[in-house]
Amino acid sequence: MNSSDQNKGAFEYLTTRKDELVGWARKFSLFPYPFVTACCAMEFMSVSSTMYDTDRFGAALPRFSPRQADLLMVVGTITHKQAPVLRRVYEQMCEPKWVMAFGVCATSGGFYRNYAALQGIDKIIPVDVYIPGCPPRPESVIDGIMQLQEKIAGSSHPIVSDRF
Amino acid sequence: MPGDLLERLRARLADEGREAVFAHGLLAVQIPREALLDTANLLKEGFGFDLFLDVTAVDWPDRDPRFDVVYHLYSTRDHVRVRLKTTVPGTDPVVDTLVPLFGAAAYMERECHDMLGIRFRGNEDLRPILLYEGFEGHPLRKDYPKEREQPLVRYRE
Ligand code: SF4
Repeated sequence: MNSSDQNKGAFEYLTTRKDELVGWARKFSLFPYPFVTACCAMEFMSVSSTMYDTDRFGAALPRFSPRQADLLMVVGTITHKQAPVLRRVYEQMCEPKWVMAFGVCATSGGFYRNYAALQGIDKIIPVDVYIPGCPPRPESVIDGIMQLQEKIAGSSHPIVSDRF
Repeated sequence: MPGDLLERLRARLADEGREAVFAHGLLAVQIPREALLDTANLLKEGFGFDLFLDVTAVDWPDRDPRFDVVYHLYSTRDHVRVRLKTTVPGTDPVVDTLVPLFGAAAYMERECHDMLGIRFRGNEDLRPILLYEGFEGHPLRKDYPKEREQPLVRYRE
């Protein structure tokens, strides 16, 4: 093995360990921005309060400015009229950012198929985790948060350049 | 007594050749559209129906005239409601506005205009209230395609 290969290997080792470390830190410090529009809100309140307590997952402290948040929780039906606002909120969030579609309305429009309802927020912004249910049970939401945490832990986290 | 009041109202309307019947526990009055303003005025000034609850319309695509325009008024003194109904043809869906009598009518007429395309003569502000600028058509009309979408944000690929 020549020395450049060795360097490359060492670099990759370092990158991986750095990603693990940053991922571990990031997955437990999610700051959600609740974009709450409809009945799913009730379940959102339930899952964030003491009974289910998303604080145990480091994902409870809501930020009501998109600039301070890194998890956009879209909770409820999004109409075509609201879509530009949602898109704007998403664009105002800093990287890294993740999006959760909370409930079937946000996921796919749910049972609304008409002039008003957007057929899933992924038509206008990328989504990381979908939570089915109308509304989803708190357990499903927690499952969704854990899946998102796994995803964060397993992704790369460039902090200095594209490569590192 | 509400029963009394409604009986008096019915007699009074019968004088003017308007038919009023009890339907679903409400006094329902059918009037031609020309008589709308006068009748609403009579109900408000003469019988104390001082609260404008709602205006909406019903689309009967195969009927002529095509639309029913339906008003609900409430008396805060006697706690009774009354329903006013008139018809307008699909080619000329216009009725007089009730804004001079009830300020609250302004918003509800806007909604009715949004959803069913009924125009209210004299209401100067029929901008979209629930829909958005640029929306074409009237979604609660029966001939609006159920699945037609008019998105404001371009979809991702
Ligand atoms: S998914 Fe169900 S509970 Fe949630 S916003 Fe839609 S209709 Fe309401």
